[in-house]
Amino acid sequence: MPETRPAPTVFDLFAGFFVAGLCGFGGVLPWARRMIVEQRQWLTLAEFTDMLGLCQFLPGGNIMNVTIALGSRFRGVPGAVAAFLGLMVTPVAIVIGLGVLYDRYADLPPVRHAFTALSAAAAAFMLSNAWKIASPLRGRKLAIAVAVCAFLAFAVLRLPLPVALPVLALGSTALLWRFRS
Amino acid sequence: MSTLVDLAVVHAQLSLLAFGGAAAIIPEMQRQVVDVHHWMDAREFAALYALAQAAPGPNLMVVSLVGWRVAGFWGALVTTAAISAPSSILTLLVSGVWYRFRDAPWRRALQAGLQPVTAGLIMASAALLIRSTAVDWSSAAVIVVTATLFVFTKIHPLLILAGAAAAGAAGLAG
Repeated sequence: MPETRPAPTVFDLFAGFFVAGLCGFGGVLPWARRMIVEQRQWLTLAEFTDMLGLCQFLPGGNIMNVTIALGSRFRGVPGAVAAFLGLMVTPVAIVIGLGVLYDRYADLPPVRHAFTALSAAAAAFMLSNAWKIASPLRGRKLAIAVAVCAFLAFAVLRLPLPVALPVLALGSTALLWRFRS
Repeated sequence: MSTLVDLAVVHAQLSLLAFGGAAAIIPEMQRQVVDVHHWMDAREFAALYALAQAAPGPNLMVVSLVGWRVAGFWGALVTTAAISAPSSILTLLVSGVWYRFRDAPWRRALQAGLQPVTAGLIMASAALLIRSTAVDWSSAAVIVVTATLFVFTKIHPLLILAGAAAAGAAGLAG
């Protein structure tokens, strides 16, 4: 493993993710990669990509998992806790502040209309996100069929996730493994 | 008190199901928060989701907002802790032994199998959000226009969200 810089302290971990969380409008991940790889050089790009792969494979917010994996790698449990708190403290305070403002002014017509339009745009953002995540499936009939089944299960049948997700995940894995090219 | 316990139980379960982050658990969260516990209606849930998108930080932040809306400060603290703790403990345990299995065939098979399920799940999240936010012709128009901008242009997403909110406030949309 190529050593980059001296391992960050518990305080460094808190401070680094504090800044990344504060910047992260519309997604923290690009900011976290810049901070970890380019600015503070805690990991090489290859190490970061490998860690991110693990964090995407596990449940939970990807970037939240990165704080845990990275923090614990350098400073054990205290490092994980410091990195996680650094990431979360300001954004939670800001989002609740916005919630208070929304509560107080939601009845004013311009505010209400702004929120109706903002909610619609946020739904569209999720749609574009889905579009990008689904694009590697193009041309793979079996994978598309599985994706359609998952869509129907959750959007139309409204099956509870704790039951349907493990069934779909294992079924999909078995099916794609059996008919792999 | 029992509300706080309900919030903790619901979100701790969601934590271990959040493959791919908040997008994957929106349908189940909406089902629990709106249909099962009747803490709010679908439209308010969509508004809180939009609010969380407009703030900096991880996109799972919608969870803090739901907790705050249902039970104030302690609600926000409980839901944030509940959504974070189970998956974080799992990450802590697994990340230590990850390198050993990076080339194992079962892991690659599982990854390939999860990919289309995640894609379908996130499509479902988008469909549910669209169903509760497309309340009239003008909000449907906002969805079509902004979705086109998100997919086909390089404009910063935050600018598009801000533009939509400004158009709504000015009475042009929403």
